[in-house]
Amino acid sequence: MTALEVQGLDKSFGGLRVTAAVDLAVAPGERHLIIGPNGAGKTTLFNLITGELKPDRGSVRLFERDITRVPSRRRAHLGLARTYQIITLFPGETLMHNIVLSLLGLSRLRWSPVLRLDHQTALLDGARAALARVGLDHLADRPLAQTAYGERRRIEIAMALAQNPKVLLLDEPFAGLSIDERRDVQQLLAAIPRDVTIVMIEHDMDVALDFAERITVLHFGEVVVEGTRAEVVAHPRTREIYLGE
Amino acid sequence: MRRLALAFGLLVLATLPFWVGNSYYTNIASQILLYAVFALGLNVLVGYAGLVSLGHAGLFGIAAYTGALLINSGAGHLLAILGALGVTLLAAAAFAMLSLRGTGLGFVMITVALGQIVWGVAYRWISITNGDNGVSIATRPAPFGLTLATAPGFYWASLVVFLVSLGAIAVFAASPFGISLRGTRDQPRRMNALGYHVWMIRFLAFLFSGLWSGVAGMLFLYYNQFVSPQSVALTSSAEVLLMVIAGGTGTLLGPFAGAALVVIMKNVASAYIERWNFVLGAIFVAIVIFMPEGLVPGSLRFWRWTLTRLRPRRPAAVAAPVRAPLPNREGGA
Repeated sequence: MTALEVQGLDKSFGGLRVTAAVDLAVAPGERHLIIGPNGAGKTTLFNLITGELKPDRGSVRLFERDITRVPSRRRAHLGLARTYQIITLFPGETLMHNIVLSLLGLSRLRWSPVLRLDHQTALLDGARAALARVGLDHLADRPLAQTAYGERRRIEIAMALAQNPKVLLLDEPFAGLSIDERRDVQQLLAAIPRDVTIVMIEHDMDVALDFAERITVLHFGEVVVEGTRAEVVAHPRTREIYLGE
Repeated sequence: MRRLALAFGLLVLATLPFWVGNSYYTNIASQILLYAVFALGLNVLVGYAGLVSLGHAGLFGIAAYTGALLINSGAGHLLAILGALGVTLLAAAAFAMLSLRGTGLGFVMITVALGQIVWGVAYRWISITNGDNGVSIATRPAPFGLTLATAPGFYWASLVVFLVSLGAIAVFAASPFGISLRGTRDQPRRMNALGYHVWMIRFLAFLFSGLWSGVAGMLFLYYNQFVSPQSVALTSSAEVLLMVIAGGTGTLLGPFAGAALVVIMKNVASAYIERWNFVLGAIFVAIVIFMPEGLVPGSLRFWRWTLTRLRPRRPAAVAAPVRAPLPNREGGA
């Protein structure tokens, strides 16, 4: 049983092969780290997994179910959630409504043009709980545009977590954070229960290595090394490509 | 305070024919209301969906022409209204299917083209539309025995339609679907990843917007008892878009303020100033410079700013809430 399985995934932009026959298998509950230099195809791989890009070849499976041809919006309903490296939130809405949008995405309520959103107490309570999970419930009614960058990073994660995903894809959740903020996010990620499988792209090796159980190293779209943390860190190719030795 | 202002506004609007006292100005008020309905409908797309349409006069005209042709072929008013709205919805669906293939400028250009096709048909398909001469209808309806033939009668009917449209759009904007629509405006990519059917949300919003354009088109037909290609032309589409932008996109009262501004300038100012278009242009420029967010939100901002200026300074006084920056399409990172 795998939570997420990618087989022979290929994607080219014109003559540039950004994903080359990538295989990836992530067990349920696993914390999997994807590393690689800039332009290695890490985010493209995420876009292929979530369906925002269509692969040229290969397949994506979610809990043994082939989702290669499932539209990306349906994949959210199947338990796949992601965060973005470039913050992708709703600047005009409050923090509360940002999370509400996340919850509504999986709720049939989203089609209702007549109910009053502010009267949907179950929904609002859920959103408040999701904000509490990242320690931002005291800012619930503040517009996102008036929050700090570090808070937005946590909202990114809260938004994905609010959907109660089975597989969570984190795209550089520590990008641009200060040391203190990084520690907060690290604790936040450590507190995610084991019924959520996590695949994370991260450049910050200090925080990322602690978190990861298995690591995949991508280079020019190919999987170069794959294995447990100790195996990958000790592997000469990793040092050559990633650590620049 | 808000309820009080609302009640006062309603009272002013409901009693307008009495204190205005002459049918010329009452008719201008009816025009404002009918264009406000049109602008409210367009605002669903422009303000809430972030899709700028320059072809809505096409939908407005399709409703007016369909209504006129149905009435002239002997249909009752109820049937004509329902038929006109039905045809408008079908046309809106066709418009949406074609124009939603693009967003941004692509969307604008397709709506321009669609609007021009409708104009071309109205202008050239003479055997049906009577070309440049337009189509007239003989009577206005008399719902429940109330006559709409008089200026106040028509005004009150327009007011009811306007209030219904305002109420419907207020409910819509505060609903889960309303916030989802705003989400597709700000972050379509994330909305898709969150499980929303972005295309379908935009399509339904287009239908809703088209419906109110059709309602406004029927009001227009009954007001003038006449429709010609001029009301379908690109300038008509541009005019209503200007109303929305000048009044304030994505607000409830903005379209009304914009409609009032344009209709008053057109009818009242043109009596005193020959170059009224020039004045209207100057006003638009002033709005863009001093209140880029539109008349209604801009006036509110000035009001709050004045209040904080007038208030005596207290230690640790809180400054006026800073206006949130315009939605950043890239995500504000």
